[in-house]
Amino acid sequence: MASARIPFPFTAIVGQAEMKQALLLAAVEPRLGGVMVFGDRGTGKSTAVRALAGLLPPMKVVPGCRYFCAPDDRNPCIEGCRDRAGKRSEEASVPFVDLPLGATEDRVVGSLDLERALATGEKRFEPGLLAKANRGFLYIDEINLLEDHLVDLLLDVAVSGTNVVEREGLSIRHPARFILVGSGNPEEGELRPQLLDRFGLSVDVRTPTDMGDRIEIVKRCDRFDRDPAAFVAEFQGSEQATLEAIAKARKLLPKVQVVDEMLLLGAQLCSAVGADGLRGELTLLRAARAQAALAGKKDVKPHHVAEVATMALRHRLRRNVLDDTGSTSRIARAIAELIPA
Amino acid sequence: MTPDGAADEASGERWALALSAIDILVAAGNAIGGILLRARPGPVRDAWADALAMVVPTRRLPANADSEALDGGLDLTATLASGKPVHRAGILADAAGKILVVPMAERLNVALAARLATAIDEGCPPLLLFDEGDPDNPDRERVPQGLADRLAIHIDLNSVRLDMAALVAGEAPPPPLAMLAEPGAIASDPETALAVGAAALGIASIRAPIMAVRVARAHARADERPDDIEQLREADMAAAGALVLGPRATRLPPPPPDEEAPPPPEEQPPEEPPAEEPPPPPPSDDTTGDDQEQPEPPPIDPTDMILDAAQTALPPGLLDALAASTISKAPKASGSSGAKQKSITSGRPAGVRPGMPGRGARLALIETIKTAAPWQRIRPVRDDGRLAIRVEDLRIRRFIAQTQSTTIFAVDASGSAAFARLAEAKGAVELLLAEAYVKRAEVALVAFRGLEAVLALPPTRSLPRAKRELAGLAGGGGTPIASGLDLARRVAEGEKGRGRSPLVVVLTDGRANVGGGDGISPQEAALASARAYRASGIAAVFIDCSPRPRPQGAELAAAMGARLVTLPRVDAQAVVAAVKAASQGAI
Repeated sequence: MASARIPFPFTAIVGQAEMKQALLLAAVEPRLGGVMVFGDRGTGKSTAVRALAGLLPPMKVVPGCRYFCAPDDRNPCIEGCRDRAGKRSEEASVPFVDLPLGATEDRVVGSLDLERALATGEKRFEPGLLAKANRGFLYIDEINLLEDHLVDLLLDVAVSGTNVVEREGLSIRHPARFILVGSGNPEEGELRPQLLDRFGLSVDVRTPTDMGDRIEIVKRCDRFDRDPAAFVAEFQGSEQATLEAIAKARKLLPKVQVVDEMLLLGAQLCSAVGADGLRGELTLLRAARAQAALAGKKDVKPHHVAEVATMALRHRLRRNVLDDTGSTSRIARAIAELIPA
Repeated sequence: MTPDGAADEASGERWALALSAIDILVAAGNAIGGILLRARPGPVRDAWADALAMVVPTRRLPANADSEALDGGLDLTATLASGKPVHRAGILADAAGKILVVPMAERLNVALAARLATAIDEGCPPLLLFDEGDPDNPDRERVPQGLADRLAIHIDLNSVRLDMAALVAGEAPPPPLAMLAEPGAIASDPETALAVGAAALGIASIRAPIMAVRVARAHARADERPDDIEQLREADMAAAGALVLGPRATRLPPPPPDEEAPPPPEEQPPEEPPAEEPPPPPPSDDTTGDDQEQPEPPPIDPTDMILDAAQTALPPGLLDALAASTISKAPKASGSSGAKQKSITSGRPAGVRPGMPGRGARLALIETIKTAAPWQRIRPVRDDGRLAIRVEDLRIRRFIAQTQSTTIFAVDASGSAAFARLAEAKGAVELLLAEAYVKRAEVALVAFRGLEAVLALPPTRSLPRAKRELAGLAGGGGTPIASGLDLARRVAEGEKGRGRSPLVVVLTDGRANVGGGDGISPQEAALASARAYRASGIAAVFIDCSPRPRPQGAELAAAMGARLVTLPRVDAQAVVAAVKAASQGAI
């Protein structure tokens, strides 16, 4: 909702605790596989995702690389960026790419560089949005309205982490590992379960109904409108604290232990709610690790699993069309049975 | 022109309000997103647009614009002429400093609407959307909601009547009433008042009160008051209420218990949980806190005033409907599902292939140039330095025709026996929808019972929405088959117009007892409707679900040109199987 120049501070968003938590987990553990945000219009979905991008610590990249290769990445870059740059490296902010609904396949995948082709006759690849999002975020608003062939394509790339281009006489593969953040309103159409399953976490956001929250939101937006700089400065402290928490959690993450009991607990939880496939369990444990890391703990405890179970499993339950019981309450019941408070 | 003075006055107020929106838009720029103007094309709208054009330049979005046209790209003509890449600014960049006018916004396709919505978030030029839908038609197309929600100001000019003679004579439109003349008292705690007002009007989106605050501030700026414009006054709040909150209202606020000084908590919507109610600050406290320095009249509590203003902005008729709560469903049903696939393209682009353009085939210019580009070095240089393109470079576009389908269930919901049918039809709808996301199929439900048919579920592929709408559908009463068939045909024709392939599934026992009249029996009327259906050429399945099938059903099916299936014991799975067989896997 805010203008593009200064993003609304992430910590200034009122309420929406689950969505903010899911985004933080995804930022700590990129292998989680992204976040799907379901919700009504005007609940601050876009604002939160854009705010997170502004908050993340910068990453090291090979200078001049069009794919944002990491200097210590072993995989060879298709353009041999490390050979050219040697040992030099530079910092760049984490890429945040907004995939517009009407994007053409050309723009998403990349295509022949028309300028070069016209000017010099050289056949050169012009990276698309997938390359731009490498090592960063790919945000798709209203993903349920995205054209099918693009959804299929995104799925394929998101899973393999590689974008394979075979078109216009080009034959190229380049890394495209990104955190997919999708948002959509289920009232406007369903999302295919195959795609839904790829998302690590899913959260439901609702319009805040608490009058106090609503008034506070309106007031904060008004203050932000009138003097963005002052408003951002006001939240400087909490923004910095969040950033440090993410950085610390990222460092701590490899050291977080998962004991066998927690693996068992995860498996029990998944089978109790009837989650399809193994991806649910993997995501559940990764999310629990990230949750523990964010809390500064070196061991995953049952309450960490409980805290992330809803968002990790909600969208993986086999749905009975004629049964109205919400996924959320089914998971809550299973948690209550398996994890004593 | 207008028959009575009262209507004239309301019309004048509305017009003044619409004109004041122009000043607000100019003062606020893209912070408020823009204006959604509901009006059919005509002199009133033209007069309003002229008034806007006098103040600020506009840029019209061509009807055939796509995302590329919005964002710009390579200017192919110039590129070919110069041999160097020449970039062309997109419409969004071109409209900087202007107002981007989008005509026929209700037919805007989803992708373009989404791009425009993102553009608003990115701070692109303010938009002016003309919603030209027929206000009297409840099934009309609507502006995609994600976009409409981002535009602060919604105006309805459909009911405004102006002095036609003056307009025809080319006189300037009547000036606004003295709307901005009296700024009124200072409003205490305007943000709270607008947030509470929005909740009282049943507006769920939190964006509405945020936008309302921006509009109020813009109104204050537009007024060019000499003193402190940081203070919002009554007139600002009224404008925000009338332009932003009123048009979004889904219910009337609960009436204040007493005329004088109603305590603000009374304005809370009834379904708000009363627990931990954050009391909007009592007016008396704020009086001393914020505004000590003002020697002027004491600050007022603006919530009531906002609500009043909001109600004056409601189009006539809507107010009654709100009071009767009859349209509580309608605004929700206006989700963009109805407007999802409005642009009738010839199909999904499926790449290009070599070939000659013409005879319907369209040249794929970029691909043609891409093909030719690598050869330029080897081909003999042309005298004029232009690109050498040969016939074998030519590429044409290919499309795959859409095979998306809409299945329309027309269900006889009459009498007690039909009650089971209705439940099974609901089940069939949900089952089909559960599979529909794979094939992007949509499902609609027409129920006929009592005196006439209703569209119980407009075409949708959203399961949650279908569940919600179906849950409230009841059965019982007479059997108006004619009316049911007519409505099913209209819905099907509408779907055909959207470029989808409709299939109507009729579930009935075939014995009509309502309809006709003037010597025409209900059954004859049903047969006539069935023949009218056949003329439309839309595929149909007729499921005769009477326990012992009688000839009436077969007669109707034959008249409709429908495939007849007899299912004495209806169950949802069997219905789905029959529908699938009939459609040969199209759904």
